[in-house]
Amino acid sequence: MGRLKTLTRRAFLVGTAAVAGGVAFGVYTVRRPHENPLLGDLEPGQAALTPYVRIDGDGVTLITPRADKGQGAYHVQAVLLAEELDLDLAEVRVDPGPPSAAYWNTALAPEAAEFTIPAQGMMRDMVEGGLGAVMKVMGMQITGGSTTVADQFDKLRAAAASARETLKLAAADQTGVAVSDIRTENGAVILPDGRAIAYGDLAGAVAGMDVVQDVPLRAPAQWRYIGKPMQRIDMLGKCTGTLDYGIDLDVPGMLQATVVLNPAQGGALNRFDATEAEKMRGVKAVLPVTGGFAVVADNTWRAFQAAQMVVPDWGDTSNMPATMEGHWQALSDAFTDDQQDSRQRDDGDVDSALSGGKIIEAEYRAPYLAHAPLEPISAIVRVDDTTAEVWTGTQIPRFVQTNVARIAGIEADAVTLHVQMMGGSFGHRLEDEVVKQATEIAVQLKGVPIKLTYAREEDMTHDFPRQIAMARLRGKVTNGQVEAMDLSIACPSVIVSQMGRQGISMPGPDSQIVAGAWNAPFAIPHHRVTGYRAAPLAPISSWRSVGASHAGFFQNAALDELIFAAGADPLEERLRLVHDDLAQKVLEAVADMSSWDGPLGNGRGRGVALTTSFGVPCAEVIEVSQTEAGLKLDKVWVAAEVGRVVDPVNFENLVQGGVIFALGHAMNCEITYADGIAEQSNYHAYEGMRLYQCPDIMVRGLENGDQVRGIGEPPVPPAAAALAGAIFAATGTRLREMPFNKFVDFA
Amino acid sequence: MKLTVDGVAHEVDVEDDMPLLWVLRDELKLTGVKYGCGIAQCGACTVHLDGAAVRSCQIAAGDAEGAEVLTITGLGQPNALHAVQAAWVEHQVAQCGYCQSGQIMQAAALLENDSEPTDEVIDIVMSGNLCRCGTYPRIRAAIHTAAAKMKEA
Repeated sequence: MGRLKTLTRRAFLVGTAAVAGGVAFGVYTVRRPHENPLLGDLEPGQAALTPYVRIDGDGVTLITPRADKGQGAYHVQAVLLAEELDLDLAEVRVDPGPPSAAYWNTALAPEAAEFTIPAQGMMRDMVEGGLGAVMKVMGMQITGGSTTVADQFDKLRAAAASARETLKLAAADQTGVAVSDIRTENGAVILPDGRAIAYGDLAGAVAGMDVVQDVPLRAPAQWRYIGKPMQRIDMLGKCTGTLDYGIDLDVPGMLQATVVLNPAQGGALNRFDATEAEKMRGVKAVLPVTGGFAVVADNTWRAFQAAQMVVPDWGDTSNMPATMEGHWQALSDAFTDDQQDSRQRDDGDVDSALSGGKIIEAEYRAPYLAHAPLEPISAIVRVDDTTAEVWTGTQIPRFVQTNVARIAGIEADAVTLHVQMMGGSFGHRLEDEVVKQATEIAVQLKGVPIKLTYAREEDMTHDFPRQIAMARLRGKVTNGQVEAMDLSIACPSVIVSQMGRQGISMPGPDSQIVAGAWNAPFAIPHHRVTGYRAAPLAPISSWRSVGASHAGFFQNAALDELIFAAGADPLEERLRLVHDDLAQKVLEAVADMSSWDGPLGNGRGRGVALTTSFGVPCAEVIEVSQTEAGLKLDKVWVAAEVGRVVDPVNFENLVQGGVIFALGHAMNCEITYADGIAEQSNYHAYEGMRLYQCPDIMVRGLENGDQVRGIGEPPVPPAAAALAGAIFAATGTRLREMPFNKFVDFA
Repeated sequence: MKLTVDGVAHEVDVEDDMPLLWVLRDELKLTGVKYGCGIAQCGACTVHLDGAAVRSCQIAAGDAEGAEVLTITGLGQPNALHAVQAAWVEHQVAQCGYCQSGQIMQAAALLENDSEPTDEVIDIVMSGNLCRCGTYPRIRAAIHTAAAKMKEA
């Protein structure tokens, strides 16, 4: 593999900060990433961290700064802390930690920026682009890039171990018992005579102490939680309807609001006539917001109803191409030297290899895709003259705080943010338009908490979708083997679009255009991957697995065509070509799990794909069959290399979910624009997978690597290509464009 | 108008055509019932109306008057779980969990009508409930577990 640099890191503890009546423990980490394969030699990135154990008179609160959008982030962070701190997982309290709370900034300032550096991806691009300013703006917390486990695995355990040893020392000081005779259990320090002192009762004592540092972490054999099945800490609340999501919150005095934006993405509003709407029951106000208007009422449905009665005069509309043909043409036109963005893979001599003989050519397409988590986006904002308070589910708390402050005309540290549990995200909550609009409303109704809830139709049509992308293959086979592969990929830059909305420009190449393709772990003798940057089209944003969601499909689909031309077996030829030990083992695992043994026949087919994304090699085999009702997805086998499976049940659930998410979109989802207006407004036109279509999915987590990795995104990229390969094997139809239901029928 | 929800009688002053979903969520603060699509495409708002699973976004408040409405918080509580909820916890079904109120209400109604549903029946009945996280394999398994538990009981 070689091209994927592993990260070295060292972690050490820094001091603590007294919290009102208590103490907080933290870890500060410096990482020195190797040179960026894309950008060359750059300054090392620094990361400072916030994982805390907060102890006060009420006991222990675990600060879980990674936002939870359904992936179990709070749970897994709590597990890592509870493991070393000897807490009962069923009893732990978690708090995502408001970014403006004093101890966050004073304890670790000026480097209070939590930052993660995955092996690839947006964060690494930004860090390695030398964008110190970006780090400062991004601030304390961001959740994304499957980094929660990868980044926090050591840090949270170290923070908890440090807290544990300090508590023991405090108990020793208080009782005169030797610290070596003291142990900890279930949230308490246990003395030799069996007496237990609850951690909370030691809060005052530890607040003034130097923290015990460099505590060795427990060996895996001692783990009580990690690697073992356990109940997620949010499971009971989610199965009883008792857990509040952001959309469920009720703040005293709150009014309900909704917005209607110019149907053309990014369009303006000239004026509106609210005469009829204002007469409707419960309507309190109809107000302008950027690009549209808001209706404020005493009930969400009344706001929805009144919004239909407002007569808008829409202003300048979107400047994107009027038709989808125009969007595709822009990508097609981008394959030029002028628009070349990166060429990080250039093995052998591709030009010579492809200068004669039979050249295999093909073109591939991936559409815009909405995030469409089931909880529509919402935010509650209250603004007064000097302060603001915000309740919302977000992956970018620091941006939210800054944007609210700017709109409200107050200082950022006067904005109190309460991060809420999210009903899904898939990257949707890396944007904060809803918070900005809620703030615009709240500024016009000072002192009143405003809950802005998007109708599903607004949520879907004004989403910033996954990038549209196109690829072109030129390749050659020799003597039954893949000899040359020249893959060119064009799309607009999702990172530029996304960060641009935060006022940040992103210099340098965009690794996401070719993510999962340039680093494909195959030793093809002549192998080139080139990224081309198309001009901006529709505004776009990170969608689960980001660039690898298109490039992983392109790379595997293109490789399949070459393998077929060579007359080789898709799995055997991949095994012959693979040159990375960890990737080879995941391929071998799915071969074993699926008992892969060549073609099935009788209208059945299997496909295989392997993509390494977010540092995780993930291989999938999919089996389909033709039925009278259409193609049926029968079985999926998945193997992924993550170094360490922290929670095997949640791991399996996330992998299965990632596969289902990817397959559903590959089967039947796309967002198309006509005159800048999204043509899909709700789940009837953007269905995804339904339960009856769901195949059996067998999962194996491999632990051969020494890096602990996250699993939220890596199962997504290989799925579409494995399905396309299976459909080809079953039917002879080669699918090069998603969604596949444009070309084949599914049962 | 008078509404009976989770066994409790309520007097609410709402338009006859306000969807039951919004009466429950905004007027009665029963936010265990979720808004997902508003057009009966996702099933997140599923409640029982006189024992039948319905999409509360499609039921006018006026049509629910006099009926028994059951929501997820009335089905069972954290310390007194319904068999379906217990099976959901046992199988660790939820990821984001936002659809699960509706999934559980749909599954509970299914098991009231068919104590031993086949995979085919589960596929048909549960396919109106969308899960964007993809917890379908666990939903299937949990329904079988709940069916077995309810049979024992």
